[in-house]
Amino acid sequence: MAEGTERRPKVALFVTCLVDLFRPTIGFAAVKLLEEAGCDVEVPAAQTCCGQPAYNSGDRRDTRAIAKKVIAAFEPYDYIVAPSGSCSGMLKVHYPGLFSDDPAWRSRAEAFSAKVHELISFLTDVRGMKSVAARFAGTVTYHDACAGLRELGIHDQPRRLLKSVDGLTLVDLKDDNVCCGFGGTFCVKYPDISNAIVQKKADLIAATGAGTLLAGDLGCLMNMAGKLQRDNQPVAVRHVAEVLADMTDTPPIGEAREA
Amino acid sequence: MDITSPTFKQNAREALADRQLQRALGHVRAGFIDKRAKAVAELPEFDALRDAARDIKNHTLAHLDLYLEAYEDRLRAAGGEVHYAETAASARDIILSICQRIDARTVTKGKSMIAEEIGLNEFFEEHGIAPVETDLGEYIIQLRHEAPSHIIAPAVHLTKDQVEASFREAHTSLPPDRDLSEPTELLNEARSVLRQRFMAADVGITGANFLVAETGTSVIVTNEGNGDLTQILPRVHIVIASIEKITPTLNDVGQIIRLLSRSATGQDISVYTTFSTGPRRPEDPDGPEEYHVIILDNGRTEMLGSEFKEALRCIRCGACMNHCPIYQAIGGHAYGWVYPGPIGAVLTPEFIGVDQAGNLPNASTFCGRCEAVCPMRIPLPNLMRHWREREFERHLSPAAARYGLGFWAFFAKRPRLYQWATRWAMRVLGNRAIGKGRYASLPLAGGWTKYRDFPAPEGRTFQEMWAAKRVAR
Repeated sequence: MAEGTERRPKVALFVTCLVDLFRPTIGFAAVKLLEEAGCDVEVPAAQTCCGQPAYNSGDRRDTRAIAKKVIAAFEPYDYIVAPSGSCSGMLKVHYPGLFSDDPAWRSRAEAFSAKVHELISFLTDVRGMKSVAARFAGTVTYHDACAGLRELGIHDQPRRLLKSVDGLTLVDLKDDNVCCGFGGTFCVKYPDISNAIVQKKADLIAATGAGTLLAGDLGCLMNMAGKLQRDNQPVAVRHVAEVLADMTDTPPIGEAREA
Repeated sequence: MDITSPTFKQNAREALADRQLQRALGHVRAGFIDKRAKAVAELPEFDALRDAARDIKNHTLAHLDLYLEAYEDRLRAAGGEVHYAETAASARDIILSICQRIDARTVTKGKSMIAEEIGLNEFFEEHGIAPVETDLGEYIIQLRHEAPSHIIAPAVHLTKDQVEASFREAHTSLPPDRDLSEPTELLNEARSVLRQRFMAADVGITGANFLVAETGTSVIVTNEGNGDLTQILPRVHIVIASIEKITPTLNDVGQIIRLLSRSATGQDISVYTTFSTGPRRPEDPDGPEEYHVIILDNGRTEMLGSEFKEALRCIRCGACMNHCPIYQAIGGHAYGWVYPGPIGAVLTPEFIGVDQAGNLPNASTFCGRCEAVCPMRIPLPNLMRHWREREFERHLSPAAARYGLGFWAFFAKRPRLYQWATRWAMRVLGNRAIGKGRYASLPLAGGWTKYRDFPAPEGRTFQEMWAAKRVAR
């Protein structure tokens, strides 16, 4: 990795709105992992959200306005990294298409998108990380969130790093490539259907016997955690970066801090 | 056919509460998903074939007028007749006038989604002609007066017990104590009942998987052989197909067929692949005296010039619905018209209007599995998103959702205001859950908390903590 005379790349962390608001721990875990991978990390203040809620609601005008702000704030960096497959997919796969009728912004968007990476795949594929110095005693299972899996091709990378975590046992989750039913605003627009899907998912997670569920997207994690907790299933839910960064002092998602 | 797409949410709730339906849907995984996965794994060039098939269809759609003309010329030369129908109504009228001219009483039908699209069975019944479905699944749902719930497995919403009950009710001339406990017994019973109907039919109607421009041939892909009997035995064979079924050459058909059966049922190739070109020739031992092809537009040329063009590559394999978590949860009828699943969510607004079918392209998590399995590489989530854009432009989406989105977007475009506002909001939301870590109910989040707990935020935003840390450094 970055040693000797090699310049440390300047990485801008795209925190994602959910991590910013609900679980800063994931953001700090991302910073720690990126620094361990030899990067200088900055967090541009001018960031809110990638624009997916507007984009997937058919509101292209607001999506473009948000995208222009994101591109302008992040284009000075060598890389843009987000601890989410969904938001990375939006920035990397969908941004250029927003400007199909605007050549100047289109080329800016393409140059920006080429530098965007999801956190875990950035660590392994760009920075060559093969293991982490972390310890986690317990059995975990892993769910492949859809956008990371199908838009960005993330599958083996988190599993490879998890296997290097001291004390951790990884067990397979049946149908780990099937959607958890979150789908952004889908889960509140179609709550009955969303529930049917996440119910199946929660049952499969419980059937693994794992004590902890990990994934790379906070929206999906909140959905699955909320269902498992409603069902009184004794499964702790965390973002994969928390385990890889050895930052598991924060209680699992939806659990209270012990007094 | 009655359109129930506007009540999609209610349809979905009823489907989720329907135990028989849920049991039937439980078979989708083993019946379709696993078989497709195995077939695909055994064909290393599957993805290369997908690229080739996509290119063939794109090329064809770009020159559709030329290929339609070529098809028409070849078929006329072989003694067949081509009829163009701009709308569903004109297709129905053309079919009826052919049937009335020969005084047809019964019509046998192979499986055809176009027949569903134009509402052919109801139309026949209104005009005193008895349509007989000969595909087993279609026959079952015809007995039950139901619409298909899947484009290749029309009765996939039913369990074997329901089929047995329908057969006992309909086939009253057979001994009531006969054993129908095995699927093969049901199949044999349907076969013997249908055999008599095949012989009596005046007209046979089939769909077409392909219309081959090079030869004027129509191709049907089936597993039961019913299509062959439907098109060979009666005096008149009518093919109904939509414009995008045109395929340039037999070689192109050969390539796309390799994808079709694998994607649909996991078969290397279907049991029957039947090619027919015009009526019986003098030297032929059998075949119809008349051969008509009705080529339906019904809005497709409009699609061809729109952002929905890519949906016209569809070969109706059903893989998108088999792999869709929404379809797996609610089945096909909830979609409320002819085409269910992801492809239905793209096609239905085109045919019945986005004001009627707006729920369909919205009821997707955009998980992308449909696109991942589509043999024709149709970007289904993108096309569904285009419908959402049309809805948004026409102010058809619910007012509450629009205002909510507008409120959110106002902040999302103003980072400093956003960070100030969210800092306080998260502090309140975090503080109120201290000691619990989550909410069992929350105002404005009823859709979430009806079924799940809502995880509370940690309390401070990342941006707030990061800024504090930077100052400390």
